[in-house]
Amino acid sequence: MARVIFNQQIDNHIYHIKIAGKYKGSMGQFYMLRGWDSYHPILGRPFSIFNLTSQSISFLYKVIGEGTHLLSKLKENDDIRLFGPYGRGFPQAKGKVVLIGGGMGLAPLYFAAQELIKNNSVESIHIYLGFKEKAILVDYFKKVSHKLIIDVGGLISQKVIVDNYDYVFACGPEEMLQAIVKQKKSEKTNIFISLERRMGCGLGACLSCTCQTREGNKLTCKDGPVFPGEDIYFV
Amino acid sequence: MDQSFRGRIFTLYNLLQVQFGGIIFNNPVIAASGTFSTDYEQHFDLSKLGGICSKGLTLHPKTGNKGIRIWETSSGIMNSIGLENKGLELFVKQDLPVLRTIQNKGVRIIVNISGSSRDEYVKLAALLSEEKVDMIELNISCPNVKEGGMLFGRTSRITRELVREVRSVTKIPLLVKLSPNADNIVEIAQCCEEEGADGLSLVNTFPAMVVDVERRRPIFDNVYAGLSGPAIKPIALRMVHEVCQRVNIPVMGIGGICNGRDALEFIMVGATCIQVGTANFIDPSSCQQIVTELYNYLKNEGISSLEEIRGIIK
Repeated sequence: MARVIFNQQIDNHIYHIKIAGKYKGSMGQFYMLRGWDSYHPILGRPFSIFNLTSQSISFLYKVIGEGTHLLSKLKENDDIRLFGPYGRGFPQAKGKVVLIGGGMGLAPLYFAAQELIKNNSVESIHIYLGFKEKAILVDYFKKVSHKLIIDVGGLISQKVIVDNYDYVFACGPEEMLQAIVKQKKSEKTNIFISLERRMGCGLGACLSCTCQTREGNKLTCKDGPVFPGEDIYFV
Repeated sequence: MDQSFRGRIFTLYNLLQVQFGGIIFNNPVIAASGTFSTDYEQHFDLSKLGGICSKGLTLHPKTGNKGIRIWETSSGIMNSIGLENKGLELFVKQDLPVLRTIQNKGVRIIVNISGSSRDEYVKLAALLSEEKVDMIELNISCPNVKEGGMLFGRTSRITRELVREVRSVTKIPLLVKLSPNADNIVEIAQCCEEEGADGLSLVNTFPAMVVDVERRRPIFDNVYAGLSGPAIKPIALRMVHEVCQRVNIPVMGIGGICNGRDALEFIMVGATCIQVGTANFIDPSSCQQIVTELYNYLKNEGISSLEEIRGIIK
């Protein structure tokens, strides 16, 4: 059992929850969160790590269904359970890196940018964020990027030229990810995308979150959620 | 590991030890098929488990069902995986070695097999007999495949013929996993016993349905999917009770078991072991917690063995 430090609403339906404790995790990995005791809903909810410090871990979520609704009701000092870190995240990158986030897809990128800076092996970090209606967390991303491009209402995949970079980390709607992968021409560009699928266990047991790849079925929870972009057959 | 901890595990094993179909399990708590993977090893100490049932295995690889595969319902989940698995050859090459390392820690390995024909079940059982597995669980109750699966567990004539043939090709202890959708589950259970099954596991998931009202169509591509979790527990318990009254081979109770109390209910109606499925998704350490809770129950009640309460409800 862990303790909620804060659970802030940062925009319509969007929350930032910070939980006390010493947690592990690498960029792109996720935790299953349970902020309720009952069997309804029965499954935890998977969220990628938004931020990790020596004393806390935090996540971003949007209230969509019952699970996220219950999460949003949590107050300071309430109990919450986390399971993780699960999955395979983003690899270490070199050279010029661009992080592309669409909507809530920005969540793992803040942590990724911090890790990349810490790692010291990257030349530059550019961040492109696309939103439908309103930009959020701009100040956060300003601090961890050499260049920050924000787009509201358009298609962020059209603003970025992926071939200008050695590494591309992307998370967001599947159409955006597909457009990014399609755009690539340069052999030296490595694209890694974080997928989202309906999950059960988060640990590779239930086989609910299968995605189709060039190497056959893979599990989003265990083999991913981050995959080389070219490997994925988009749905 | 310090000595006191080691000693504690030892006593825990002794108190909870059960015999099932000629095999000693360190405790009666077994992870149900399709709800557990060897990856749990990275996060949890699996040596505390009584046994692990592997994910439904077919002779050849299966890619499983398309569309949505899991759906939450009140106190339960519905799944329609469709027996996705890598097939026998890769299972033996890749998964079995990992399962053996867990087996070496005293955890029993049960391989769950499924077929779309009688021939496939027989071949699987024969080939697995050459491997060092503790038990074969014959899945005649999968609701999510079009061919085979549950069809083999619906009528006693078909079940009887299948169990007879599989029995004739393997000496490995044989467990038959029954469907709650059987025409007459007691009759099917008795057929399995007569044909030499060493034990029964029941129940598999209940065929169930959910509709996407906005799109006016079923959520699952296969229309029906299997319901599991606390939602089915009272019905599963009744079925285990019925079967335990009428057969002499041991039974593994399955159906929504989430904690020690749930496990005790199944044991009190006659189950020798219990399998934990959906609860592994709620909390991956559920099996270990149930073992601890059973141990504490025996200690608190001053009971020296589960035998004292097994089948106490007639």
